[in-house]
Amino acid sequence: MILIEGKNLTLGYEGQGIITGLTFSVSEGDYLCIVGENGSGKSTFVKTVLGLVEPLKGTIILSGGLKKNAIGYLPQLSDIQRDFPSSVMEVVLSGCLNRHHRLFGYSAEEKARAREAICRMGMEEYRNKSFQELSGGQMRRVLLARALMATEKILFLDEPVTGLDPGAASELYSLLRRLNESGITVMMVTHDIHPALNDARTILHLSHNGWFFGTKEEYFASDPGQTFLKEAGHDR
Amino acid sequence: MIGEIFSYSFLVRALFVGLFVSLSASLLGVSLVLRRFSMIGDGLSHVGFGALGISALLAAEPMVVTIPVVIISAFVLLRVSGKSRNGDSAIALISSSALAVGVIAVSVAGVNTDLNSFLFGSILSVSRSDGIVAAVLSVITILSYLMFYHQIYATTFDPAFAKATGINTGRYTALLALLTALVIVVGMRILGSLLISSLIIFPAAVAMKLGRTYLSVSIISALEAVLAFVLGFFLSYAFSLPTGASIVVVHMVLYVSASAVKFVRKR
Repeated sequence: MILIEGKNLTLGYEGQGIITGLTFSVSEGDYLCIVGENGSGKSTFVKTVLGLVEPLKGTIILSGGLKKNAIGYLPQLSDIQRDFPSSVMEVVLSGCLNRHHRLFGYSAEEKARAREAICRMGMEEYRNKSFQELSGGQMRRVLLARALMATEKILFLDEPVTGLDPGAASELYSLLRRLNESGITVMMVTHDIHPALNDARTILHLSHNGWFFGTKEEYFASDPGQTFLKEAGHDR
Repeated sequence: MIGEIFSYSFLVRALFVGLFVSLSASLLGVSLVLRRFSMIGDGLSHVGFGALGISALLAAEPMVVTIPVVIISAFVLLRVSGKSRNGDSAIALISSSALAVGVIAVSVAGVNTDLNSFLFGSILSVSRSDGIVAAVLSVITILSYLMFYHQIYATTFDPAFAKATGINTGRYTALLALLTALVIVVGMRILGSLLISSLIIFPAAVAMKLGRTYLSVSIISALEAVLAFVLGFFLSYAFSLPTGASIVVVHMVLYVSASAVKFVRKR
């Protein structure tokens, strides 16, 4: 079942197109990696899929019961204030605001869901800890838990391993793999070739002179895929 | 001494108005400081002074002039500080221009205008009607803050995620600007335009030294504001000191103490 479909999209900002004629789709249970050099429109792609900016041309269709505002978004850590006083529980609870209707406070059910999401990320002992005192990897897990509060269907991660040491990065990848195996669709913008090689099912490559969308196998057989492999030192 | 204070109705009024305003300013302060908007509060207070000067010149009711002017300026300041890299300097320019306009307006208006009370407040001369307006506006501020506490939190912590999950972050930022404008207009009566921003910034700054969660920071901020106001108020009465300045000095002492506590805790 297709969740997100973009047809003949032109993406850009201030009327300037960066990507033209883009057609892609994300099916339920998919693991999509979005790769490409800086300035090739990855951030614009993220914003467009999240509905924060409108495509210049074409439309993005959400289907399969996926609603706008129900994409579990994991922003880049640099977008978040590091010196912000907040407990892990407060961060995670804020994920359910898209479905929150009470005037004051969170319901017991919402709190229970937050605790469950924190447990699922293996962070239960940090529930009442301060978010700003966590390590980069732990912060990512908390933000994943928050994203899970907003959705049960699809996670959208924007460069999730930036600043993580290799150990923490591979832990995060295996966490994502488990989530994906449990049926959650994963979309990830990344500079790292490893999730693209190991976990992805489909790849969207954005570059200044076009784009490529296809299965992992098709991608690594293609020219842009070969170039990416070479640049990452995986060409042998 | 306490009994003495409560026997004067104007002192009791001043005490209650001050408490309401301190409380609402301290709650807004947490979001404003965390969003790096503290300077907007400062800028607005100067705009408020300019508006007060003009209302004196036109012999108009102060609130009628200041409330709309400060609200409009709040939105303008929010826009310039968000959009341009020169937001800081834009705020400084607007502040000093408004101050200059105010000073000229006051001097043209003549000797009847009390420049001193515009600059440093005159909590003891708060009239009954002013007191009621201040209390009502403060209650509105506190209630809206509590009602949208979680949305304001999400908008402050991570605007990108908040937007992506359908929270209208622009609306909550506007709400914050509106409430800040109201608090400043009302608070200027107490601390004057030069000191009002301390009511907004100090409690949050103290709370962020001590609290580790958003809830605890909000609560400490509110408690600090109430404590500093009450202590400052009684000190100024006991030693015949200017009320506004006494309150700010108490804030300062609490801030230094909180910094010391944080320093000791860290070691």
